Amino acid sequence: MYLKNALRAVTALTLITTTSAFAETITIATVNNGDMIRMQGLTEDFTAKTGHTVEWVTLEENVLRQRVTQDIAAKGGQFDVLTIGMYETPIWAANEWLVSLDDLPAEYDKDDILPAMRAGLSHSGSLYAAPFYGESSMIMYRTDLMEKAGVTMPDAPTWSDVEAAAKAMTDKDNEIYGICLRGKAGWGENMAFITTVANSFGARWFDENWKPQLDTPEWKDAVSFYNNLLTSYGPPGASTNGFNENLALFQQGKCGMWIDATVAASFVTNPNDSTVADKVGFALAPNKEGVDKRSNWLWAWALAIPAGTQKEAAAKQFIEWATSKEYIELVASKEGWANVPPGARTSLYENPEYQKVPFAKMTLESINAANPDSPTVKPVPYVGIQYVAIPEWAGIGTAAGQEFSAMVAGQQTVDEALAKAQANTAEEMEAAGY
Amino acid sequence: MATQHSRSAARIMMAPAVILLLGWMLIPLTMTLVFSFKKYLPLRGGDLGWTGFDNYVRFVSSSAFWPSVQTTLIIVGGVLLITIFFGVLLSMLLDQPMWGQGIVRILVIAPFFVMPTVSALVWKNMFMDPVNGLFAHLWKAFGAQPIEWLSDLSLFSIILIVSWQWLPFATLILLTAIQSLDSEQLEAAEMDGAPPLSRFAFIVLPHLSRAITIVVLIQTIFLLAIFAEIFVTTSGAFGTRTLTYLIFQRVLESQNVGLGSAGGVYAIILANIVAIFLMRIVGKNLDT
Repeated sequence: MYLKNALRAVTALTLITTTSAFAETITIATVNNGDMIRMQGLTEDFTAKTGHTVEWVTLEENVLRQRVTQDIAAKGGQFDVLTIGMYETPIWAANEWLVSLDDLPAEYDKDDILPAMRAGLSHSGSLYAAPFYGESSMIMYRTDLMEKAGVTMPDAPTWSDVEAAAKAMTDKDNEIYGICLRGKAGWGENMAFITTVANSFGARWFDENWKPQLDTPEWKDAVSFYNNLLTSYGPPGASTNGFNENLALFQQGKCGMWIDATVAASFVTNPNDSTVADKVGFALAPNKEGVDKRSNWLWAWALAIPAGTQKEAAAKQFIEWATSKEYIELVASKEGWANVPPGARTSLYENPEYQKVPFAKMTLESINAANPDSPTVKPVPYVGIQYVAIPEWAGIGTAAGQEFSAMVAGQQTVDEALAKAQANTAEEMEAAGY
Repeated sequence: MATQHSRSAARIMMAPAVILLLGWMLIPLTMTLVFSFKKYLPLRGGDLGWTGFDNYVRFVSSSAFWPSVQTTLIIVGGVLLITIFFGVLLSMLLDQPMWGQGIVRILVIAPFFVMPTVSALVWKNMFMDPVNGLFAHLWKAFGAQPIEWLSDLSLFSIILIVSWQWLPFATLILLTAIQSLDSEQLEAAEMDGAPPLSRFAFIVLPHLSRAITIVVLIQTIFLLAIFAEIFVTTSGAFGTRTLTYLIFQRVLESQNVGLGSAGGVYAIILANIVAIFLMRIVGKNLDT
């Protein structure tokens, strides 16, 4: 009896020591989005496959951005894997803060990553972050209200189509607002949307010499159109509505249309949360007649490794696991195809099971219609569609966002908002040494 | 009786705490001062060397600076006015004997236990939302157009939210003061034929002045740094950008540590000016 127990203990000890020689504990900073929370729940699968254990630091988007920026800028080394967006990746890679992911093994199939995503997450030809999920923006509209109003939505509408539909569906007495759009100030809130509208009107943030362009007629047309659309057919208080507020309004059936992130499609069509789940149609984000750029954006939440981590090999294994085809299948087997992380891999959209999801086709088309290297008609010196991938952008975008938010609230005119945004942008760019 | 010996022993034993506390304050303060003289851009290669007073000049000459100081003072002043006025009223009311006094008192104090972020979210989404908010429904019930609180009356809305949170604090301090008021004095005045308003103005209010001073001082210190309510409701738009919020934007959104640190130093100066000013005017009450 005694001998048996002793033997057992020895075997257990040997097992522990041999595995721990290879197994490591990696710390991962991530954002508190649904897909990431799901990934945390599936960590056991990763541990079972590799022996590594994972510690999660889950934060709200803005807090995460600040924490990881401070950590990486101060070389704090708190994290082995970072969740970062498409905005940060090229800037951080240029600062040599990230480890290149070019040497991932062949079975990872890097060529399967959607080209638009690869472009946005690369710096001088090398991949620096692997997309966990990606998104574009598109129109989500109420099929029942469109039918009632006697209008139809083409798959590839123009802004005139959108305005006509918004006008036809608006019924303010019954709290139905033709269109819900972002108005809340912030570079990732209203400015993400307004910048895409500007792109589709042929406007750009900077010319080739980094001179701010907000005083051009294209900007005035774009912002006037946005302002008119939102103040005439939008919900009251639109100047304080961001993604979440608009999502709630749409789910309650108060919006005829909503142009926003493609990931919202799975929320508005989920019968548990949405009162209009079976009445939602999808269309490409609009363009202006005669302008050859649509107003859809491109974004990815991606996993990257900070330079200088002690556990680079384990971190790479984790990224491989979390952004692989197998991970997508794992989620599908547990939660259904509608809940897999979208927008990262071509093979997902070739999967016949996934093609049955109602918003799959429009999401892929929207992503493919976006090109971060050439966001608008005229040439630009920057990368990024709904943002400008320079460190100063967050400050510039937010300051401009506040002017446009005040404009939607009726506190200043389009001209005043644009003039103030132009002046502030010029001031910031000069201070930054452009 | 402390001997020379025990006194030096006490000094030695207190030294770690004193050093810790000094370090606790001095290290961040020194770092802020050092950074404020540097061009420090984390996303552009970090420390780019000394720049003298450039950051200070830029911070003050930015078009956002004076409006933000003004906003800060309006919010602090507004909240102080509201909380003290209603604090005095509520505390006098709560002092009256009534049925269920304990429960009423707890209810009045309750807002103080709610976290600022939570209360701001509740106010924003449940009360002030122009579509789904309670106020919007009330307005509509009376046939009026709902008010877009956070954009049209942004500063007033924030003052309202913050006042709601700080009113319990003012009430609590003032209530304790009122309870210590000698009722015989009031009765004597009543017998002498002094009307209620005079009794309030000449007996109750002077008695409360010390408590009011404490409320003003403590609230001012906290209100100068108000942040969460603005972050949650307007993100600094519609003229609600306070000095604290401006510093947050400079350091964390624009990623300009030097400029933000200079702003931090200005904030320390402003806080001290306000504190000295208050001490001079109302602090005298504390001596009597």
